[in-house]
Amino acid sequence: MPGQTPSQTVGPFFSHAMTPDHPSFRRVAANRLAAPTAPGLPIRIEGRVTDGAGDPVPDAMLEVWQAGPAGAYPDGSRPFRGFGRASTDKAGRYWFETVKPGSTAPGAAPHISLVVFARGMLNHTFTRLYFPDEVAANEGDELLASIGEDRRGTLIAALLAGGRKCTYQFDIRLRGEGETVFLDA
Amino acid sequence: MTDKGFNPRDWSVHPAQEHPSYRSTLLRAQRRPPVPLKHSLSEVTAPVFGTDSVSALDSDLTRNAVRNGEPLGERIVVSGRVLDESARPMRCTLVEVWQANAAGRYAHSSDGHDAPLDPNFLGAGRTLTDSEGRYRFTTIRPGAYPWRNHSNAWRPAHIHFSVFGEAFVQRLVTQMYFPGDPLLPLDPIFNSVRDSAARQRLVSRFSLDLTKPEWALGFEFDIVLRGPLQTPAEG
Repeated sequence: MPGQTPSQTVGPFFSHAMTPDHPSFRRVAANRLAAPTAPGLPIRIEGRVTDGAGDPVPDAMLEVWQAGPAGAYPDGSRPFRGFGRASTDKAGRYWFETVKPGSTAPGAAPHISLVVFARGMLNHTFTRLYFPDEVAANEGDELLASIGEDRRGTLIAALLAGGRKCTYQFDIRLRGEGETVFLDA
Repeated sequence: MTDKGFNPRDWSVHPAQEHPSYRSTLLRAQRRPPVPLKHSLSEVTAPVFGTDSVSALDSDLTRNAVRNGEPLGERIVVSGRVLDESARPMRCTLVEVWQANAAGRYAHSSDGHDAPLDPNFLGAGRTLTDSEGRYRFTTIRPGAYPWRNHSNAWRPAHIHFSVFGEAFVQRLVTQMYFPGDPLLPLDPIFNSVRDSAARQRLVSRFSLDLTKPEWALGFEFDIVLRGPLQTPAEG
């Protein structure tokens, strides 16, 4: 049985390749996961990535993977790809525009899977974003239930604005006080 | 895809997240152990990238960003297979690469190394694997470059690789190195992999078969992702 290839850090210099803005080398994935024609509730997710000193992480890459509004994972066809990629800006900020996912199974609250890559991280880390307006579903979620109440909140986004400009805030703390719950996925 | 989930990340292979000789880990490595997650649909599915994501020129870094001529440096071919731990080829999976130019400079606005940019080299490529899990890039051999991790610190020449596989938990980002590089024993990032056999899997192999006569040296680099959980045989 061949052994796994070891992980190495994404390093600081990936954005020209992974989130490029180049006329002849376009992005395979971007901050927008859904075309305007995609069914579902359009939402925006924004947040900041900070380090163990509370300082912004300006060179992180985030990837998200999520089900569509009916809880099904997309098969690559448009208008909804279910996958997005963003790099943080100088202030450590990122954003995604997508549609709100549905529940994928009984006992699973709607969620978005996230992966965080950065210089200084030799391995990527997995986490999940849950929604603050899914209280009942969150209470029945197997993963959330397995996390102590003191840390569970790090996985639940905050609602910044409702209605047609539905916006959630999801900050990611890599280390130290308020450290985000990362998952052994 | 599997309904049983995937083997865990092999922590005898992957680096520890906190590795003090790589200084940036001290503020960015997690303090808390990760919380176990039973694999669900979210973990065993993965984004699908089709031919609409990748154009033929994307895998030729000597041509995909030319402006007024050929990039400078030593042309190389880098090829290999993407497999899982059960040696199953990962077909039609996205492989992305990025790297410094021949002078050791990235086409990235934050790279302040005093070495020339190459107007004809972006240092970014991607491709989909074929039915045997094979990928192939034509590129320029990257140069070593200094970084400020410690006094007189230089990164060995390397190419960054990003691979997807068929499940989100198979995601891998790594770096490929070159055989015989004298900087390898000195590099905290390469040596963050403690197991020497695993570390050697990050070093590509010179291949005369991949070498194109009168054109470019060839290097082979296989990538192994986590495989599906095996059900133990009964009895």
